[in-house]
Amino acid sequence: MAYINGVGLISPQKTAETKEFLSEIMEYKADYLKCIEPLYRPYVDPIQSRRMSRLIKMGIASAKMSLADAACTMPDAIITGTGLGSVEDTEKILGEITKDEMFLNPTPFIQSTYNTISSQVAIQLKCHNYNSTYVHRTFSFESGLIDGLMQIEEQTAANVLVGAIDEMTMNHLQITRRIGHWKMEPVNNLTLRETGTPGALAGEGAAFFVLGNEQHESTYAELKDVATCINLGGSFKPEIFLPDFLEKNGLSAYDIDLVILGVNGDVTCDPIYIQFADQFFPGKALAWYKHLCGEYHTATGFGLYIAANILKRQIYPGILHLNNIKPGKLKHILIYNQFRNVNHSFIVVRGC
Amino acid sequence: MDELILKLKKEVIEQLNLEETTPDDIDPDSPLFGEGLGLDSIDALELIVLLEKNYGIKIEDPKDGKKIFFSIRSMAEYITEHQK
Amino acid sequence: MPQRIFITGYGIISCIGNNLEENLTSLLQSAPGLGRLNHVETILRDELLVGEVPKTLDELFILAGITPAEGYSRNALLGMIAAREAAVNSRLELYPELKTGLISATTVGGMDRCELYYNDFLTNDSRNAYIDAYDCADSTEKIAQMLGISDFVTTISTACSSAANAILLGARMIRSGRLDRVLAGGCEALTKFHLLGFNALKILDKEPCKPFDQQRAGINLGEGAAYLVLESDESLKKTGNLPICELVGWGNSCEAFHQTASSPDGIGAYLAMKKALDLSGLSPDDIDYVNAHGTGTDNNDLSEGRAIEKLFGARIPMVSSTKPFTGHTTSAAGSTEAILAILCLQHQVIWPNLNFKDRIPELCFPPVDKLLTDVPVNTVMSNSFGFGGNDTSLIFTKVNANNENSAGNADNV
Repeated sequence: MAYINGVGLISPQKTAETKEFLSEIMEYKADYLKCIEPLYRPYVDPIQSRRMSRLIKMGIASAKMSLADAACTMPDAIITGTGLGSVEDTEKILGEITKDEMFLNPTPFIQSTYNTISSQVAIQLKCHNYNSTYVHRTFSFESGLIDGLMQIEEQTAANVLVGAIDEMTMNHLQITRRIGHWKMEPVNNLTLRETGTPGALAGEGAAFFVLGNEQHESTYAELKDVATCINLGGSFKPEIFLPDFLEKNGLSAYDIDLVILGVNGDVTCDPIYIQFADQFFPGKALAWYKHLCGEYHTATGFGLYIAANILKRQIYPGILHLNNIKPGKLKHILIYNQFRNVNHSFIVVRGC
Repeated sequence: MDELILKLKKEVIEQLNLEETTPDDIDPDSPLFGEGLGLDSIDALELIVLLEKNYGIKIEDPKDGKKIFFSIRSMAEYITEHQK
Repeated sequence: MPQRIFITGYGIISCIGNNLEENLTSLLQSAPGLGRLNHVETILRDELLVGEVPKTLDELFILAGITPAEGYSRNALLGMIAAREAAVNSRLELYPELKTGLISATTVGGMDRCELYYNDFLTNDSRNAYIDAYDCADSTEKIAQMLGISDFVTTISTACSSAANAILLGARMIRSGRLDRVLAGGCEALTKFHLLGFNALKILDKEPCKPFDQQRAGINLGEGAAYLVLESDESLKKTGNLPICELVGWGNSCEAFHQTASSPDGIGAYLAMKKALDLSGLSPDDIDYVNAHGTGTDNNDLSEGRAIEKLFGARIPMVSSTKPFTGHTTSAAGSTEAILAILCLQHQVIWPNLNFKDRIPELCFPPVDKLLTDVPVNTVMSNSFGFGGNDTSLIFTKVNANNENSAGNADNV
C-alpha cells in the first residue's frame, strides 16, 4: 500500500493547464487523440530541451507537475512505464536507415531508448536513486506501480515517482491499423461507443504519480494494490484471480463502489469488460474514460488519475458514467484493463 | 568566407535545433561549446554528421572535433581546406 | 528473516556458444567469438567487428525447438533458446503450485525484422505478422507462452543494464513474497538500427575491443540471450533443486549526469556497487572478483575503474571484462555476464580480460589478463551500466561461503 500524494497528467483533455477535474471536456473528430501540451519553458530549460522530442518533454513536464503537487523535491525512486517509448525518434531512424545509412544522427538514436524518460527526469533532478523502465505493452505502467509499491514496502523509499507515458504518430497509426488495432477512419470521441465497429480510438498521454509512505495534505487516495495476469490460451481465470486479489487486500466484490473499465469502443473488445462487470459486479456503478484519452499501452495512467480525483474530490463526473447506477459511497475503486484478452490488469484504490 | 559563415550558422541552428537562436546571435569567433552556445558532446556528434552530409567531409575521431568545432570560423576554415 | 535467493539453473546463447557447455568451453580455451557480420545487411558490414551468433533464422528455429513460422524475430528466438535451457535445468514445468514469474529484458526488441520489413509495414499487408513482433514485450510473451509461465510477466528496458535489472526485480519479487521463483534475464539481437546508432555515437572499435587498456577505442557489439532461475528457500524445499549459488546483493543507481556519457568519477557505478554490498552485509574485502561492465570505451572504463577504486580502496579484487569474448550484448549483457561470473564461482577460475596490454594511467589496477584456474572464488560481483546512467550491480556467493546470516538449509536439499 502507498499513498498517492501527487499527480501530473498531460492528456488530450485539459489536465495539464488546470487543477479542475474534467470541468471542460474536449471533443474531437480525429484519427487519434493528441495531447494538449503545456508550454515547456517552466519545466525544461530551452537549451536542454533543444534535442528533446515531444515524448521526452511531456515526460519531464508531467513528472515535475506531480512532484510539485506532492511538494516532493527528490524522489527515492524514478520508475517509468512505456509501451513504445519514443515512436517519433524510432521512426526517424527507421526512415533514415531504410533509405540511406550514411548520415544517421545520434540524437534520435539516443532518445529512442526506452529509458530516456526516467533518465532525463533523473538528470533534471540530479537524482542518483533507483531508476528503472518497464516496457511491456499494457503491463508497463502496472509493472512500474508494483515496483513502486515494493520500494515503499522495502522501506528503501519514502517517495516514489511512477510514470505512464506513450505517444502516437500518424505513421504508427497507419501501420497498426493494418492489424486491426484502430478504427479505420476519424471518429468523434464522445460518441465512441456508438460506432459499432471494431478497433479502438488511439490516444496518448503522460501521467506521473508520486507514491508516498505517509499521508499528506496533498494525498489523493491510497493505492492499495496492483496485479497483472497474462492469459496464455485461457490460463486466466478471473473467477479465481479476482476474488483472490481482492481478498489479499481484505476486500470482496461487495466492497467495491465503482469499477473503472478500459472500454474503448472496439466491438470486439468491449464485451469482455461488460461480461466481466455483469459477472462480478452486478448492480455496481461502472465508469469508462478512454473516450477522453484514447487507447494506448499506458492508458491506465489516465484511469488512475480519474480514480484518484474521484476519491479525493468525492465527485463522479457524468462524462465517465458507463451505466446509470449511482455509487452509494466513493471509497473503493477497482480499475480493470485488458489488452486483446491477453494482458489483464487490476488496480485497487481506496479513499482516505 | 563570409558567405560560408552565414550558411554554416543557419545549418548549425537547424541541425542542433537551436530554435530561439538567429544567425546574428552567433559570433563567428566565439566558442560554440561550454561558455558560448553551451553545446555538448552530442552536439559535436551532430556536427560531424553535418560536415559529412553537407560537405562530404568525414571525421573519424570525434576528438578531432574539439579543434574543428571550436567556433563557426574554425569550422568554415576546416571546410575550405578539406573540401574536394 | 527475509527469503534467500538461490540460482538453480541458467541458459545462455552467445557468439561463443549455443548453450552453457559451449560457452564454458570457449571461455576455458580463451577463444573469443568476434567476427564479421553475416546476418545483418549494412554498409558497415566489412568495417565492424561483432559478436554475432553464427546461425541463420532457420537454424535458430531448430535450436529453439519450434516449427518455423511468421512473426518470429531473431531476438525472440535467441530468448526462447536460452530461456528453455534455463527452464529445463531448473525443471520449471514441475510444481505448478509455485508462483512463477518471467522477467525479461530487451531494448532493441523485434527491430531485426522491423527494419527489414518497415517499408512493407508502410505500404502493404505482406509483413503484417511482424508488426506486433516489433515491441519489447513480444519476445517475453513468446517465452512465457512456450514455458507456460503466467503468474507474473513483464519486460524491462534500461539500455545496457536491462538484464541485470530483470534479475534484481526477480529477487525483490521473491523477497516480497509475491513470487516463489523467477526466470530472469534478457535477449538482444544485432540490428542495423543499433549498429548504426552506436556508430553515430563514434564509440565502436573496428578492432577487437580492449577494455581497461590505455589504447582502448570502443565497443564491439554482440548478440545473445541469457536467463537465470531464481528460487526462494521455500521453493527449493519443494523443487529439491540444488542451488548453484546465492544472490546476496543488488543495487541500482542512476548517474543523473548525461544521456550517454558516464560521469568522470563514476558516481552511479559506485552507488550501485555500494548498495549491493550494503544489502549483502558483506565487506569490500569479501569480493573476490568483479566482472566489470568494461565496454572498452574511453569513458566507461575510466569512470568504472575510478568507482571500483573508490569502493575497494587499497585492496582491489580481481577485475576483468568478458566483453572481448562475447561482444557487448547490450540488454542481454547483464544476465550473460552474471552467468559468466557465476561460472567463476563454480569452476574456481577467473576469465581473462583479453586484448589487454597497458594499464590506464589514471587507474591503479590492471585487469586480470590471463585465464586463472584453481583460484579460490567465493564471492563475485557483476556490473552492468547503461545509457541514461542506469547502473546496476549484483553480488553472488557460493552457497555456504560467508554465510553467517544463514537462514536456510539449502545445501541439505
